[in-house]
Parts: sequence; C-alpha cells; structure tokens
Amino acid sequence: PPLAAMAAKRRTEEMRDRVVLGEFGVRNVHTTDFPGNYPGYEDAWDQRRFEEEFRVDVIREEEGALEFDMVGIDAAIANAFRRILLAEVPTMAVEKVFVYNNTSIVQDEILAHRLGLIPIRADPRLFEYRNQGDEEGTEIDTLQFQLKIKCSRNPQAAKESSDPNELYFNHKVYSKHMTWVPLGNQTDLFPDADFRPVHDDILIALLRPGQEIDVLMHCVKGVGKDHAKFSPVATASYRLLPDITLLQPVEDEAAEMLQKCFSPGVIEIQNIKGKKVARVANARLDTFSREVFRHEGLKNLVRLARVRNHYIFSVESTGILPPDVLVSEAIKILMGKCQRFLNELDSVPVE
Amino acid sequence: VQADGTDGNCITFVLHDEDHTLGNSLRYMVMKNPDVEFCGYCITHPSESKINFRIQTRGSLPAVEPFRKGLNDLMGVCQHVLNTFEVRLLPEALRG
Repeated sequence: PPLAAMAAKRRTEEMRDRVVLGEFGVRNVHTTDFPGNYPGYEDAWDQRRFEEEFRVDVIREEEGALEFDMVGIDAAIANAFRRILLAEVPTMAVEKVFVYNNTSIVQDEILAHRLGLIPIRADPRLFEYRNQGDEEGTEIDTLQFQLKIKCSRNPQAAKESSDPNELYFNHKVYSKHMTWVPLGNQTDLFPDADFRPVHDDILIALLRPGQEIDVLMHCVKGVGKDHAKFSPVATASYRLLPDITLLQPVEDEAAEMLQKCFSPGVIEIQNIKGKKVARVANARLDTFSREVFRHEGLKNLVRLARVRNHYIFSVESTGILPPDVLVSEAIKILMGKCQRFLNELDSVPVE
Repeated sequence: VQADGTDGNCITFVLHDEDHTLGNSLRYMVMKNPDVEFCGYCITHPSESKINFRIQTRGSLPAVEPFRKGLNDLMGVCQHVLNTFEVRLLPEALRG
C-alpha cells in the first residue's frame, strides 16, 4: 500500500539525515549512510555529488569571531576541523623565561607560567619550529622579549593618600611593558614588523617600591597539543542545525505554553480566523533545553531533531590570527596530514 | 606507517603521531568505498599517540588501494572545502 511505503520512506529519510532528541535519549546518532546499508540508495563516495551539495555560508564576521555554516559534510570531518583548530594550528608563545632579577611577590615559576599564557601578535607562518635539543635558539625560530621594570615611591604624593596609583610608580606590570629585542638579523628579516602581545592591558604582576622584575623571554612556535598556551582560538565549537516539527496543529493555550518552552523567536503565534495557532518561525535560534518534555500535554506534539550534515561553526580567535585565516590553516593542516601518509605509502614498499 | 596483515585483502596500518582527528575522518572516507568490507580504527593506548587502522576488502582488491583512495578523497574534500570557504570570504575582504 502506497501510504505505508511513503511512511517507511519517511522513516528511512529521518534515520539517514536527522538526529532525533527523544525524551530520554538521543536516537540515530551515528552516520549510517555507507554503501550497502540502505537498498536503493547510492551511498558510495562521489566527489561530484559532494561538490554539488556542499556549501559554506558566512553568518557573522566580527573582528575576533566568525560564525559560519558548513552544509553537506559529515561529522567526522567537521570534528577533525574543530580538533585541528584547537590543538594543531601553530602559534608563537613564550616558552623559556630567563630570570635575571625577580624580587617581586610573584614566584619565578608562577611569573613564567603567566608570561607563557600571554598571546603574542606574531604570525607563526613566518617562523620555523625549534629543533629538538637546541637551547640557544636561532633568529628563524625564536622571538626575544624583555620585561624590565622597577617600582619606586612617588615623592610628590600627598601624605595621607592610600591610593597606590598616586603613591607608587610602575606598581602594576602590564603586558605593554614587554619589549621586543631583535635577535641577529631579525631587523632585516622583519623591517616593519611590530611584535608585541596582542593585548596591552594584561596585568602580569603587582609591585611595591624596591621590587623589580628583569626577565628575558624566548618565544617559540608550538601547537596546542603540546601546551594549551599555543592554542590560537579562544574557543572553536560547532552545533548542528536544529529542526523542530509540529506533529499536530497546536492552538490557544497550548500554543502559548509551547512558545514559552523554546528560546525566544523560535515559535511564533499567528492569529488565524480568531484562533491562535503556533508555527515554527526560526528553529536555528533554539538551544534545545528540552523544556517541552516536562509538559505532558506538549511532549507528543513536537519532534525535536537536528539536521545531521548542517554544522554551525563558531570560531573565536585570541587575536594572533584572524579567524578566517585560522580556518584556512586548519584545512591546510588536514591536507598536509593526508599528503604525509600518501608520500609514505609511495616511498616505503608495503611488505 | 607500519603495515602488517595476513593476506593482501586485510591490512592493519599503524599510524604514528595520529589520533581521532585523522583516524575518524579517514575511516569515514574509506567506509564510503563500496569495495571495503570492514574498516575501523582504534587508539592502542591513550598515552601513546598512535592508531591501528584496519581495512578489509571484499574480493581480491589489495587493501592498500582503499587506503590510498581514502587519503586522496579526503584531500579532495579538504581542497573543495578550502576553495568554497575562501570564495565565501572574498566579498568580505573586497568590502574592506
């Protein structure tokens, strides 16, 4: 009977391209569209079909954050991009701190740890990785910074003032006090470069008169896998596009209650022939708190699902590289990994 | 890369310095190949960064072929994603 066939087809379609959020669990999580699983579907890899269906939409681009959609790709590859953005896109960060004088309250190792976490505005593509075991550092793999600051008492301060800003000079050590010390021929290599921390107002330490900090720092290129200070993103995450369908028409009070169950803007109430009818206006705004399932009368009227191959990426950069450059670099790194294994396959004979 | 297996149809690759990032995406591309009977990967121990990647083909196809094809397909996907992404961003740059 054609009706049952249509229902069965709808069920397979749902299984193939929706991840359904049930009351007590999530169904259809894994990708199942591999060749041979579904009779009648052509699932083998087809680059042309992929290129036809794939698209990227940039939703919002601010100076440090980028939100874009990737449609037509699988979870494995989207996740690979996310993992590479977090852990394998290289940046420069302070690695070695040579402490010449530190009479402040902040211990040497704590100071070194804090200095390492400061993001440095230096394009990592201009530098190389440092060789293993190389202690000195050459000009192609190291950036040198100096932090030399001494706190002193202000002789012109009023007698009874207790405001440290008035009483002392240089009592707050900010990241703007870090100065770049060019190594070797770096002034020729980077004539108009300005290497400094991304933010000038990061508080590193507090001093009182007589205390001073005199350190020399070496920045090297590294990846987030090694230490989180090398991660170029504040965070990179993705979510799947929500898909809310009303299984039955919802009216009047039920419609009002339904609207309150979802994030604002998702459900809108229309006035049709005097009755209030609910309609899904913009499912994308929903954060899926699953409040519907707490109401007995409402939980069978809605189907909460996510579209399996539509990813909403949100990349927020620390300021070292703009987020679109970061995404491009991440994709290139994945290509580099594949190329590495292809080269090995060709060079080493398989026994 | 190290490879050992019984006959030409099944092979287990040991990929060093790799984890789920390449493992899962490569597994997906190889599974999309209709000649592959079985494909899976596992991380031998979380402290060691290497994965065991196993491919079994049906029929007489040597197992290295789906591996090579999977890598090439993944490179094709990345190239297309990169091109689409950069084209998408271009108007932003042109707009200044």
